[in-house]
Amino acid sequence: MKKIINAVDQVENQMIEGMVKAYPQYLKKLDCGNVVVRSSRKEGKVALISGGGSGHEPAHGGYVGEGMLDAAVAGAVFTSPTPDQIYEGIKAIATDAGVLMVIKNYTGDVMNFEMAREMAEMEGIKIEQVITNDDVAVDGSLYTVGRRGVAGTVFVHKIAGALAETGASLEEVKAVAEKVIDNVRTMGMAIRPCTVPAAGVPGFELSDDEMEVGIGIHGEPGTHREPLKSADEITDMLLDKILADIDYAGSEVAVMINGSGATPLMELFIINNRVADVLAEKGIQVYKTMVGEYMTSLEMEGFSISLLKLDDQLKELLDAKADTPALKA
Amino acid sequence: MDSNKVLETIKAIGDKIDAEKDYLTELDNIIGDGDHGINMARGFQMVESKLPSLEGKDIGTILKTVGMTLVSTVGGSSGPLYGTAFMKAGMAMAGKMDMDLNDFLSCLDVAIEGVKMRGKSTQGEKTMLDAMIPALDAMRTATENSSDSKTVLAAGIEAAKAGVEYTKTIIATKGRASYIGERSLGHQDPGATSFTDILETIGSAL
Repeated sequence: MKKIINAVDQVENQMIEGMVKAYPQYLKKLDCGNVVVRSSRKEGKVALISGGGSGHEPAHGGYVGEGMLDAAVAGAVFTSPTPDQIYEGIKAIATDAGVLMVIKNYTGDVMNFEMAREMAEMEGIKIEQVITNDDVAVDGSLYTVGRRGVAGTVFVHKIAGALAETGASLEEVKAVAEKVIDNVRTMGMAIRPCTVPAAGVPGFELSDDEMEVGIGIHGEPGTHREPLKSADEITDMLLDKILADIDYAGSEVAVMINGSGATPLMELFIINNRVADVLAEKGIQVYKTMVGEYMTSLEMEGFSISLLKLDDQLKELLDAKADTPALKA
Repeated sequence: MDSNKVLETIKAIGDKIDAEKDYLTELDNIIGDGDHGINMARGFQMVESKLPSLEGKDIGTILKTVGMTLVSTVGGSSGPLYGTAFMKAGMAMAGKMDMDLNDFLSCLDVAIEGVKMRGKSTQGEKTMLDAMIPALDAMRTATENSSDSKTVLAAGIEAAKAGVEYTKTIIATKGRASYIGERSLGHQDPGATSFTDILETIGSAL
């Protein structure tokens, strides 16, 4: 393993400390652990909390700030944070308007956040949750725990966060978060795996002429492996799966081309070039495009495409002001 | 088994998990996300640091503390699952300074119920339950012919091992391994394996 770190058991807290030191105008770290909250707390609005394992930077700490999250909780690399940590985050941001937890659909994340929710409810905190599940690579049938929550989660942070900022009720913020979840789909692939520092070895092995299709965001293997193809062919394959899942015909969409951590922007733009052409061909209008690193998997080399189907409300909230370390609008 | 022996056994479980850390992680790498051993070892390390403060306490308090420590240090899904299992067992042992074979089986019974509830899971989904449930059933059957706890535990360990082998033959439908579908076939479940490690350690402690 070759990494620029100091010690494997220090990566998470040194990352959080470094992030807070970079953006003191946005972020404050709680003493209890790797929990960041807005540097200035805003009363009277629904507070949003999200989080998950570390290794997805800038998610989720990078999305704490005006118009997005109020708190982000970081677990060990690719491991859900624990209920007590999440609970500390909830307590720090809770307002009379209530708290909304944005959870990515992974068994561990759901269990830990739900335990934290039980603790918060015992303290009389008004709290609701939504679970993102945008990954079309995974079969959403009875035979899995449902689709994974991946990069599309960032749209939930953006849009639900924007509505919360207007002083909307917990029910309204939850409803718009669910609307985003219903309308966003993602699929990803990788050509090179990543190595969890504490594990020291890559999550899977790939030879030079192979790619792993349908990966999640935790360095785990995808749904299948096949020979490496051209950028356009890969893009078409991922888009086909996304476009077959919900009817995007005639609608306006937001596009996110998300790099997994070690994918050159050059390649992400090559992918977007194809995405834009294919969507135009199909009569799907691109309202907004985001190309960059939004939800990474350490140094994995790969990407995901997310398409969010928009209506007037979602467009307005997508454009509303956001001022966070990783996303500004 | 008195409360001191319980403390010693928990320390031994921590040592066993630490020794098996890399193997458990390797198993998890194949069908999950490769952190089971690392996370469990981190949790039991913290448990070990709390053991001195538990000397002289009742077994319920000891098991509950182990459970809460695992919940707050392991993370992932093993934290809530093993944490819930130990906390439920702790509630069943509240105030007791001694644990007999029947107590142990009751603990395992409530632990299984806790894992089912927390994980929204049942037997046959390629999880730790596939080792836990057969182990409990086998031990209950064994008590019909023997009251020797070593003999009974041996039956449980054998059934848990068979349960681990069984997880190789089924497709995961819960947890992260469910995402890889049929590719999970042929590989044993890390959670069922770590449970078997724990049961074996308890067996050797007797």
